[in-house]
Amino acid sequence: MRVVVAMSGGVDSSVAAALMAEAGHEVIGLSMQLYDQRATVDGAPAFGSCCSLDDLHDARRVAHQIGIPHYIVNFEREFKATVVNNFVSEYAAGRTPIPCVHCNADLKFATLAERAAGLDAAAVATGHYARVHYDEELRRYRLLRGVDGGKDQSYFLFTLTQDQLAHALFPVGHLSKPDVRAYAERLGLSVADKPDSHEICFVPDGNTATFVERQLAAAPPSGEIVNSDGQVLGEHGGLHHFTVGQRKGLGLSTGKPMYVLKLVPAEQQVIVGAREELGGLTLDATGVNWIAGTAPDGPTRVTARIRHRHQDAPATVQSSGTGTAHLVFDAPQTAITPGQAVVFYQGEDVVGGGWIR
Amino acid sequence: MRIYLDYNATAPVAPGVADAVCRVLTDEPGNPSSIHAFGQRAKARLDDARAGVAALIGAAPSDVVLTGGGTESINLALRGACDALADSGRRHLITSAIEHEAVLMTLTVLERVGWRVTRLPVGRSGLVSPADLAAALGTDTALVSIMHANNEIGTVQPVAELAALAKSRGALFHTDAVQSAGKMSVQVQPLGVDLLSVSGHKFGAPKGTGALWIRRGVRLVPQQTGGRQERSRRAGTENTAGLAGLGVAARHAAATMADAAPRVTALRDQLEASILRDVPGTTVNGDRDARVPNTTNISFDGIEAESLLIALDLEGIAISTGSACSSGTLEPSHVLQAMGLPAARTRNALRFSLGPATTDADIRTVAAKIPALVDKLRRLTRRVVEVR
Repeated sequence: MRVVVAMSGGVDSSVAAALMAEAGHEVIGLSMQLYDQRATVDGAPAFGSCCSLDDLHDARRVAHQIGIPHYIVNFEREFKATVVNNFVSEYAAGRTPIPCVHCNADLKFATLAERAAGLDAAAVATGHYARVHYDEELRRYRLLRGVDGGKDQSYFLFTLTQDQLAHALFPVGHLSKPDVRAYAERLGLSVADKPDSHEICFVPDGNTATFVERQLAAAPPSGEIVNSDGQVLGEHGGLHHFTVGQRKGLGLSTGKPMYVLKLVPAEQQVIVGAREELGGLTLDATGVNWIAGTAPDGPTRVTARIRHRHQDAPATVQSSGTGTAHLVFDAPQTAITPGQAVVFYQGEDVVGGGWIR
Repeated sequence: MRIYLDYNATAPVAPGVADAVCRVLTDEPGNPSSIHAFGQRAKARLDDARAGVAALIGAAPSDVVLTGGGTESINLALRGACDALADSGRRHLITSAIEHEAVLMTLTVLERVGWRVTRLPVGRSGLVSPADLAAALGTDTALVSIMHANNEIGTVQPVAELAALAKSRGALFHTDAVQSAGKMSVQVQPLGVDLLSVSGHKFGAPKGTGALWIRRGVRLVPQQTGGRQERSRRAGTENTAGLAGLGVAARHAAATMADAAPRVTALRDQLEASILRDVPGTTVNGDRDARVPNTTNISFDGIEAESLLIALDLEGIAISTGSACSSGTLEPSHVLQAMGLPAARTRNALRFSLGPATTDADIRTVAAKIPALVDKLRRLTRRVVEVR
């Protein structure tokens, strides 16, 4: 069958492409151009290193090596309209966004999938560490964690619908990262020992606050830092500098370590407190997607992950309306952060997920 | 079997060119600047090439500087002329908004070092208005640079009229003839220009060869300094093999143009007519009369040009849009934007550029494939919009 592979120039999607080609599929490599790499602000790069020209060249070289056609598609408008704008408005609203999910949901499995369909491709393959498979008994697709627990990226894929899963392939999902690198080396792929990407890829030097300020017409307003009793402890230069659980950069001298507990956009307040106050038992989620296509009936036992690097913890989730859910953890979890995704698992299965409010 | 309709990007070498290049590489090892027999033979090949280019553009061989390509020719013309006129009191340059980047970027750099640059608008069909040029010309205008044929839409500017206006105000006139030389008659005298840039690979010479014609008496400051090659206008040992190929390609183009140009025009018109007839929502961009024979630029409503380009490539048909950004993806065309086309039409335009080797069968194959591909892409786009 004809398959489009989303190639970032990294080792995972390169190996994904090679595996698909090796399996005898007619593979077309597409790389997304997400922003003008030449753009600068005050002489410094306006965007970070992801999908840089070097990455695009790497993707092109790998495609040539494995003998598949490769094209770069210009998604600058779509990336700005979906991922970047959402990222900036979430920060401005006092939340901590996770753009990778939007990049998957709104670009790779939406716009890119449309392009793939236009090229008569039966599926879009990516380099994600996750698995998808059709369950004959359930008569639907299941989304499963990647085999490599340390690299599992199913958290970033919770928005996928049954229709999207039907056209999604994750060729490296059953491999470990060392296996992927070894495979790339065996094939002599030029990207075999390329380092993994980290942080928010499009933000230069990991400096989120500066990026947000440059994207906004006006700088977010400053405000007060208060403790949970409402006592003013200091001032801050905008909510976009903070995330729940943050300790550094508060500029307070209170003697004991203080953590950001909550951001209150209505008052432009940052509420801080001791580490013990960071724990939370419940959360509400919006934009909830259930992988099965429908919400489970009644309270459902799951393990829930509240950020990418969080060990999922036992909880009970219940649908609370169309696209919303209420979740209660068995034990308090540190730093439940609005804007991040919460993803519900049952064993290896992704049950669903949503956005923490 | 692949079909190549991207001659404005580059062309395969013309008959005899590869042989000529190989012969020089194997038989003529000399440096054209050397006094001995080896040098003399190499020099003779170079003179021969120069004469070939001169004949193509109706010029005297001694006024032709052989270069490393169209971009180099343009840089030498613009920077060289500006440097020569630096103390003339004239500090104003005029160009058009639809020039190739080789001109636009070079003028932007000159602007940074103190030159004033006027970029003339173009009309809806891509033509510069002589009245606009007349209005922009001032007593301190040093140089006007307006292209002969545009690379994206093929529109041919009224260069003779524009050059006469510049001359009447004492300004030099350069034309970028990269997309017209070798495809249609380009004669320096009737055009009345002072400087004319040519690229070899657009008409079947090897890549990395080109020429700049300089009207006798026009002063240029060399931009590449070193030896006395090319009458001290372009230092560096000449690419004898490549330039021998340029000479052969120029002679071949001159000898076959009378037959090739009408044939290519007819095929282009046939392709254009079938697309306009069989695909609803298509429009030709640019002037359909004042046009280089081989080019048509067509907007397809309701699709992304990128998608159709890729779909056609997967079918073995190579076409292009006019402009590519640094990564090689498409960006809205500055040419179509300057023509005042709506944003959608600057993103859904494709360029078909034919060449002497294009056959009737090629055109029929392409014309037959396009309607179904466009239809599929459009249906998909509509479905997606509905879902959202």
